[in-house]
Parts: sequence; C-alpha cells; structure tokens
Amino acid sequence: MSVAQQTASGAVVLRTEHLGRSVGDISVVAGISLDVYHGEMLGIVGASGSGKSSLLRLLNRLDEPTSGTVFLDGQDYRQFSPRELRRRVGMVTQRPFLFPGNVAGNIRFGPLQRGEVVADEDIARLLERVGLPGFAGREVANLSGGEQQRVSLARALANRPDILLLDEPTSALDEQAKMGVEQLICSLVKDTSLTCVMVTHDRDQARRMCDRVALLEAGRLIQFGKPAEVLGA
Amino acid sequence: MLKSLFHTQLTLGFAQAGIASVLALAVVLLARRRNIHLESDAAIALLRGIVQIVAVGSILALLLKSPRWTSVFLLTGMIIAAGSISAKRAKNIPGARKVSTYSIAAGAGLVTAVMTWAGVIDTAITSLIPVGSMIIANAMNTNGLALNRFRSEVLAHAGEIETALALGAAPEHTVASYAESSIHASLIPAIDNLRSLGIVWIPGLMTGMLLSGADPLYAAIYQFVVIAMILASSGLTSLLSTMMIRNHAFSAAEQLVLKSSG
Repeated sequence: MSVAQQTASGAVVLRTEHLGRSVGDISVVAGISLDVYHGEMLGIVGASGSGKSSLLRLLNRLDEPTSGTVFLDGQDYRQFSPRELRRRVGMVTQRPFLFPGNVAGNIRFGPLQRGEVVADEDIARLLERVGLPGFAGREVANLSGGEQQRVSLARALANRPDILLLDEPTSALDEQAKMGVEQLICSLVKDTSLTCVMVTHDRDQARRMCDRVALLEAGRLIQFGKPAEVLGA
Repeated sequence: MLKSLFHTQLTLGFAQAGIASVLALAVVLLARRRNIHLESDAAIALLRGIVQIVAVGSILALLLKSPRWTSVFLLTGMIIAAGSISAKRAKNIPGARKVSTYSIAAGAGLVTAVMTWAGVIDTAITSLIPVGSMIIANAMNTNGLALNRFRSEVLAHAGEIETALALGAAPEHTVASYAESSIHASLIPAIDNLRSLGIVWIPGLMTGMLLSGADPLYAAIYQFVVIAMILASSGLTSLLSTMMIRNHAFSAAEQLVLKSSG
C-alpha cells in the first residue's frame, strides 16, 4: 500500500490556490491549485522550462507569487514570518551548496539560526539516518557528490520540517549515488511520515517514488493524479 | 617655451591643457594600432574633464569673494554627484544611489567636519574645497569598489545565499561574509596609498604646496594627514554602504532580489 493510499483521507498540510508568478510579461507559473496530504510524496514533473522549480520556490516563498497564495495547515503562508515558514517547509536543491567547514557545522546551521544548538548525539542520529554514520567531523570539501547530497538532506531534516521540498535531488548524481539517495528519501517518507514535494524531470523516478504526480506544461497544471494515470504504466 | 608665447596665466593654462590632451590622444592612437579602441571614450573624458574642472575653477574664483560658509553648498553638490556616479557600480541593486549618497555624505562629511572643527583643515575656501573634494572623490571610489564587489559576490553565490535563506537564516547573515570581503577589497587602494606614500608617489597636494613655496617638511606631514583622512572617510563610507546595501539585496519577504537575470 502506497503512502498516498494510507493517507488519502488524511489532512491537507499544504494547499495552493490559483498560485502564479509572472516575471515581466512571462507567466512562469500560472494559476496552480493543488492539495498536498500529510505523509505523501507528491511529484512535480514536466519538460525543462515547464515551471517545476519555479512552482517549488513559491512553496517556501523563496520567490513571491504574483497571484494566488499557499495555505500551510489551513493558514495563509504570508501570515508566517519567512524564517518560520522556511523552517517548517524545508528544501533540498539539485546542488547541495554545503557551507565551508565540516558536516556537523552544516547540520547545526538551521537550528542555530533560532539559537538552538543541535547536540552531538542528535547529529550522529541524523547522519545514521542518511547513511553517513561517523561523518560529523568530515570536511565537506572531501565528500563525494552522493555524500554531499545526503548531508544536505540531513541539514534540512535538522530543522524538523513539516514538509520537505526536493528540487531534482538526484539529477547531479551518478546512477549508483542516485539510487542510494532515492531509496533514502523513500525510507524517510515511509518511516517518519514526512510530507515531500519533489520536482523531477525523470518520469521513471516519479513512477518509482511518488504517490501522486502533477504534470506541468508552460507553467500550467495539465494533469494531476496517480503516476500510472498521469505518466502511463 | 610656452611661457614666452603666452603671457597671461589663463592662456598659458589652456595651452598646457592642450599639450597634455594631445599627448593623451597620441597614446589613444597608439592603442588603436593594436586594435584597442578608446577614441570616443578618451575624447569625451578629456572634454568632460576640462569643462568640469574649468567650471569648478570658475566657481572657486567666484566663491573666493563669497563668505566661507558657501563652500558647504559646493561640497554638498559634490557629494550628490559622487553618490550618483558610484551608484552605477551597483547595477541592479535597488536604492544604490540613495545608499551611495548617504554613505559618502556620512563618511566624507563627518571626517571633513571633524577635521575642520579640529583646525586640521582650514576653513578658507581655497583650502576646504580642494581637501574636501579629495576626501569626497576617494570616498566615492571606495564606495564604488565596495558596491561592485558586493554585487559580484552576491551574484556568484546566489545558490549558497538562497540555501541559507531556505534553512531559515536572516538575510543579513547570509551575505555577511560577502559584505566583509567587499569592505576589505574596497579599502586596498586607500591602504596601499598610505603604505607607498613618499616611496612610490608624491601626491598632488604636496606637489602643489611645494610649488607654492610651502616648507617641504610641513607639506610632507600635511600630505600624510590628508591621506589618513582619506583612509578614515573611505573606511566609514565603505562600512556604511555595505551595511545599507545588503538590505537592498532582499525583499521585505526575505527573498534574494539581486540576481543576474534581473
């Protein structure tokens, strides 16, 4: 049974209503309305330039919508301070953009912004969870691409987000690292009921990982449903 | 040779300016032979330069007959112009002109005011305007360098900055290291000027004082005073402008708005 089936009747944690963004005369995201349920993995797929990443950046307000809005747990997300919103809606990007220093410093970064210090045991637990036990003291410059992306995931999780946005998290990795990170994300969703919205251009990946899929074309939502319905078997 | 041909100081000055311009244009023509085209830029710059400096000279000639406090208006005009010129180094950063003008006004204005109050700069127009303008011009250059460096750093590290924002960091924290490196880079010329003073170069003010018959030792010490004032005003300007401009790189909703596409 997929996570979506388990939670299909669960609470809507994120809702977009006529969400759109125009840059000059160009509409990069056009009036998208969709619900994201607690604990599900929602995929956003589409060709390059279809507005997938632009939509994702609107969900944690890294960009400002020019129309519509987003509701987080039923509340208009503009009512949250940007920092609180971004703590609750975490993000992992295609490139990990780790901060210079060691792995532990990166994991501590988010909570430290609120004055919270992550204990060594919690860092060890997080690193174990992402398959990097004993990596706390490692310099990030000496990590492989796959390891860096796992640290990026642990860094986002250290903020204890309600929802995790994943922007092509495996597209910069080789096949082996990609499968490892993919399995890790799936197990995190399954084990912790973490709600995820993942952008991917890889339709096979969307079929493997997602409970529901939103297909975008030229910034518009053209299909939304189970992967088999939207992408074919 | 020129002195025998031109008998008034004014005509002699224009003749000297003409020879200096011909020499500069000769270098431009030499560059042209190497396919480096500076003709129009150099011609316009030379023309602007002579017009502007003659205008300032004329205003000074008028001001010499005016009360001393009128120099404040001229210095204010210079600060406004300096703010506008150095803001061009901060392309795409909203509010750069305002930030530049305020920073130069605070940095150059404060140092000039304190040093005039302390009696280091004479209140005579012939002293206050040239020294004040040197301080403003250097603050302008430093401000331009700081803003330009800050802009480049932010554009080059947009990914890191947005990653930090996405983790809940405060905007000013995400660009703090880039602001620091901008301040440091912008002050390198002022520090190097102080370091090389007298060894590599003898600045114009000291040359002018020597030409007008001042004691060489006093001229040398006063030149140090001016360069030190320039370092103080440049440092203050750079600190203030980078502190203010970092807020302009973000929207009210803490989104990075300074981007290469914008």
